[in-house]
Amino acid sequence: MAHAYAPFPYVAPPGLNAPEPRHKVVIIGAGPVGLVLALDLARRGTPSVLLEAGDAVATGSRAMGWSRRSLEIFDRLGIADKVLEKGVPWSVGRVCHGDDEIFSFDLAEDPGDRMPPFLNLQQYHVEHFLTDRALADPLIDLRFRNRVTGIDPDADGVQVTIRTPDGSYMLAADYAIACDGARSTVRAMLDLDFEGELFEERFLIADVEMEGDLPSERWFWFEPGFHDGQSALLHRQADNIYRIDLQLGPHADPKDESRPERVIPRIEQVIGPDFDLDWVSVYSFQCRRLGEFVHGRVIFAGDSAHLIPPFGARGANGGLQDADNLGWKLAAVLDGRAPPSLIDSYNRERVQAADENIRQSSRATRFMGPANGVERLFRDQILALARKAPFARDWVNSGRLSTPCIYATTGPDDPRLPAISRPGAVAPDAPQGAGWLLAALGRDAMLLAINCDAPAVADLPVLPVEVNPAVVARYLGRAGRALYLVRPDQVIAARWVEADARQIAKALAALWEGRA
Amino acid sequence: MSLIDTPNIDDPDDFLAELLAAHRGLTEAQSHALNAQLLLILANHVGDPAVLRAALALARQR
Ligand SMILES: Cc1cc2nc3c(=O)[nH]c(=O)nc-3n(C[C@H](O)[C@H](O)[C@H](O)COP(=O)(O)OP(=O)(O)OC[C@H]3O[C@@H](n4cnc5c(N)ncnc54)[C@H](O)[C@@H]3O)c2cc1C
Repeated sequence: MAHAYAPFPYVAPPGLNAPEPRHKVVIIGAGPVGLVLALDLARRGTPSVLLEAGDAVATGSRAMGWSRRSLEIFDRLGIADKVLEKGVPWSVGRVCHGDDEIFSFDLAEDPGDRMPPFLNLQQYHVEHFLTDRALADPLIDLRFRNRVTGIDPDADGVQVTIRTPDGSYMLAADYAIACDGARSTVRAMLDLDFEGELFEERFLIADVEMEGDLPSERWFWFEPGFHDGQSALLHRQADNIYRIDLQLGPHADPKDESRPERVIPRIEQVIGPDFDLDWVSVYSFQCRRLGEFVHGRVIFAGDSAHLIPPFGARGANGGLQDADNLGWKLAAVLDGRAPPSLIDSYNRERVQAADENIRQSSRATRFMGPANGVERLFRDQILALARKAPFARDWVNSGRLSTPCIYATTGPDDPRLPAISRPGAVAPDAPQGAGWLLAALGRDAMLLAINCDAPAVADLPVLPVEVNPAVVARYLGRAGRALYLVRPDQVIAARWVEADARQIAKALAALWEGRA
Repeated sequence: MSLIDTPNIDDPDDFLAELLAAHRGLTEAQSHALNAQLLLILANHVGDPAVLRAALALARQR
């Protein structure tokens, strides 16, 4: 069944009649990033006004590959069960060259993880779950058909002008978070421009509905017979809807390419004639970001801050990690628990992450569309080698799948402990009692005590961690015991084999100050 | 390990003959392809990024 896009109701905002009291946070744009940020803030007790120009979820599947980290974030926001029930988890990817499969890979699930490595689900479903949740939350004031048309920041706040079907009004807030997407009006109004390499690539993307029962695998083709010289990608999504991406190259004419007379024959060559075309779009993408994500009291997150080619699903997943990184910092600064400098660490860490995502995605884009000459020579010979030598399969780049960035930090570390859980990394999951370790972490900073008693430190709850094989592999390594200081966004701040209260208190202070 | 840039093959004449024999009958494009594959295979065999970087630098040196 094609998706029905029922509008969400517009309600005339109070600000049309009388000035509203000053708000703490105004979030501009209720795409996945704005919604996740509002829900995360609400969990931390921070209210927000969420302004959305439109009144419906995204059209078409758009970002449909959700990483394990995104699923973990959804879990904290209370929608993971719905996402897992509706979505299509996968771990096997097949890579073809011409019409032959040259190799396959398996992201194999590990019993140490609650969440699958990747799950496909149309963006509109995810937005629906998030929106329903936001509408039910008394700390989120979600306003549809409220378009921001003006923004006026000063040293300690922001004035926002908003247009509604009933006229315009203004709001004042301590912080405005621009989650208004790739064509961000806030970015334009503040006269900010993107930096970075400006290359454009175009893909034709389509959602097709069919009854067949193709396996839940990712299929990638380099230069398939059905699409000469270009790349193609096939994913299974929810509701018998499959997603097909066909590379067009930078010079294609988007209008002409998306005509059904042109699209349908191409898709028929991939999956046969029995399908309905549900949605088709030409997606042009670039590889660029804002120089800084924090501009005083205006903060950018998601596509408004960075444009990332979709290979590896680093765009939307990276955007959710922006929100995850920002939520606790903003809440702590607004509560007076942390100095405003904590927000600067959002800029530092998420710029690092965006650069990594851009680097990875632009390499993948290059591999798919190599320049003529030596770049194409090596690309083609890597593909040829991958058929006969296992090593070359690692060199084939059809997108390096999104994993959380490991933030640069000088937080205390011990070389006896495993690399996977080093400071700056997201705490890996592990079974804990009848449940899971990540689910047992609270919304505050926490000290994990593994095989030892934790020294008492003020304002730092302790979680004794069950020792099981996953915990040994991921948290202990060659040590018999360990202490881990975990931030409110589940990122590891510091770790020790042995530490006294003073050392831990020092690391905790650095955590709240956002020191690297 | 650092890059070996002193003699390391017992009989370089033999190897050169084998290398050229491998190219015999190939078009120029096919020869380029063979060279590219050879380079990738040997780079993987070497593995050590410092050695590979030194080799790149030596090759670029005029
Ligand atoms: C055709 C298409 C295909 C895509 N395919 C992929 C893919 O395969 N993989 C992938 O990872 N990503 C893909 N993306 C990108 C992905 O959809 C985005 O990364 C993701 O939606 C970013 O989320 P966001 O919340 O930052 O922005 P958006 O989802 O763009 O949300 C921004 C929101 O802000 C609202 N808004 C804008 N201006 C204002 C304003 N002035 N006032 C109030 N509200 C405003 C908009 O209405 C919108 O709801 C695709 C995007 C498109 C357009």
